[in-house]
Amino acid sequence: MLLAGFWFAFLALPISGPWNAVLIGGACSFMLLAIKLFQTAMTTGPAGEMVARLWCALGRMWGQAAWLVGDRKKILVMILLLLSLPWVLDRYTTDVLVVTGIYVMLALGLNVVVGFAGLLDLGYVAFYAVGAYTYALLNSWMDLSFWPALLAGGALSMAFGVLLGIPVLRLRGDYLAIVTLGFGEIIRLVLNNWDNLTNGPNGILSIDRPTIGGMRLYQPMHFFYLVVFLCFMTMFVVGRLNRSRLGRAWSALREDETAAECMGINITYTKLTAFAFGAAWAGIGGVVFAAKQTFVSPESFTFFESVIILCMVVLGGMGSIPGVILGALVLTVLPEALRELTLYRPMLLGGAMVLMMILRPQGFLQMHGQRLPASAVLPGDVRRGREKTHLGGDT
Amino acid sequence: MSGFLECRGLIRRFGGVVALDALDFEVRPGEILSLIGPNGAGKTTAFNVITGIFLPTGGDVQFAKRSIVGLKSDAITRLGIARTFQNIRIFGAMTVLENVMVGRHGKLRAGPVGAILRTPGVMNEERAAAEFSMELMRFSGIDLNAGARADSLSYGDQRRLEITRALASEPQIILLDEPAAGMNPREKNDLNDLIFAIRESGVTVLLIEHDMKVVMGISDRVIVIDHGVKIAEGTPAEVCQDAKVLEAYLGASHA
Repeated sequence: MLLAGFWFAFLALPISGPWNAVLIGGACSFMLLAIKLFQTAMTTGPAGEMVARLWCALGRMWGQAAWLVGDRKKILVMILLLLSLPWVLDRYTTDVLVVTGIYVMLALGLNVVVGFAGLLDLGYVAFYAVGAYTYALLNSWMDLSFWPALLAGGALSMAFGVLLGIPVLRLRGDYLAIVTLGFGEIIRLVLNNWDNLTNGPNGILSIDRPTIGGMRLYQPMHFFYLVVFLCFMTMFVVGRLNRSRLGRAWSALREDETAAECMGINITYTKLTAFAFGAAWAGIGGVVFAAKQTFVSPESFTFFESVIILCMVVLGGMGSIPGVILGALVLTVLPEALRELTLYRPMLLGGAMVLMMILRPQGFLQMHGQRLPASAVLPGDVRRGREKTHLGGDT
Repeated sequence: MSGFLECRGLIRRFGGVVALDALDFEVRPGEILSLIGPNGAGKTTAFNVITGIFLPTGGDVQFAKRSIVGLKSDAITRLGIARTFQNIRIFGAMTVLENVMVGRHGKLRAGPVGAILRTPGVMNEERAAAEFSMELMRFSGIDLNAGARADSLSYGDQRRLEITRALASEPQIILLDEPAAGMNPREKNDLNDLIFAIRESGVTVLLIEHDMKVVMGISDRVIVIDHGVKIAEGTPAEVCQDAKVLEAYLGASHA
């Protein structure tokens, strides 16, 4: 700790002069010490008990939330409530919800790669950019309308996913993270510098809005319904993929690649499908983003976006679909709620992440449940076993 | 009887270290064959070469009269060679049933489109796979924990799970790498019964084991390797008397 303090003091020396450097070093040491003390206090003793109790209470609350979607009737009511939101909320809030919806799709997509298959991807925003530019370019050249572009954006992102997947097949962990990070930056730099194609940093203007049967979608409310529909589709597809033979293969790959290969799993195919099915949602999200903004530029697809999406997945709970949705909600709604404190927002977010990783590294919700198409597939005794061992919600 | 898994002149070097030095042996259908030898003799390396984790530096591995050198591990498993690992390598965050169903992977066909649409064919396949896996877990005695996380099982049960998972691919031959390591006497007894039952069901067993009681109790034949070469072969009783084996294990003065 002291060492870290000295180091920071040394780093700050040329910028701030000797006295301030000592101050900064001292502050760093103190903060590290405080974090350490805080961590011990929060995991042991009465404070630890309180934290544990808090999580229990939150778990119970989540259990009750799960009750809200317990059967078909309740699910229907919840969906109707969700769909009535834009009638109750103002335009601004609805717009925030649209952005949230796009992030939910992105986070669910990244969750396939990171959460299910365990492949750390730090350049995920590249696929988002591919989707957005697919629509922007095809629309400005060929007047391609929104709906075919949605398919094209998804398909092209999938292709890019495979393209990224092939060179990184042999890489794991840190190495994989670095290559994907590079990939994300390459895509952004190409968009930024290929002036003839992408109009460089100026971006592409006046992209068409989507239409349904002659009606133009331009209100936040319209986009809200579009995004809600796409989110449900993402949840549906990603959930079904997870609870299938392929989902089990992804999970096995995440747990132990060699053992998975010795179980007859084709590693190449399994990794490439994970990249492809992860990237597709970013592409579709990108098309929606371009249509909503009517403007795209490389600025929207920075490394920071990748980091935020990854934070949503990690904060929510890797591999858990409800968890990841919750993570995306928290990380888009919270910054909006903190708009008053503009300057302190990144600091508060960073602090929240640090606290979260210290106190609950597994994220809000943990994944569990059998990766099978439906509980109906299981013989009775297994279902009982599952109830006994897995309390709370479902993956 | 000719062996249906044969290693011929198998060589594997790691830099200057020769782990396998022209190793020859054959496994006959329906037998329980033990591979023994001092630490570092090359037993696990032999397993890794057979199952395609390492490429051999020289020599050949034949399975059912066909060379399997150069095939990837997943292809070799689908041909009918399944294995377990010395240090348990179950999928800890998955349930016990899921682990066994991952073992069944190569026997299933459903792709991503089928998984999304959940066609009747896919659902039937999944149902059959779940039932098959449950049956197999009853066979090896871990069915009561089907829904539990695999890493919550006791050590002995984790070993059993690994064997069950390997059996789920319906192999013709199963390679067990020190299945009795770290087990208490009762668990070892149960393991013996399980290995006999596996052979009874028509699966050939190739076994690496350090525990001599286990080896002597269950093996039809024993092969002793040291420094990557075979130094003795025969029934457990024959091998115990062999001068070279005693030397390898106990040192020259005892021979």
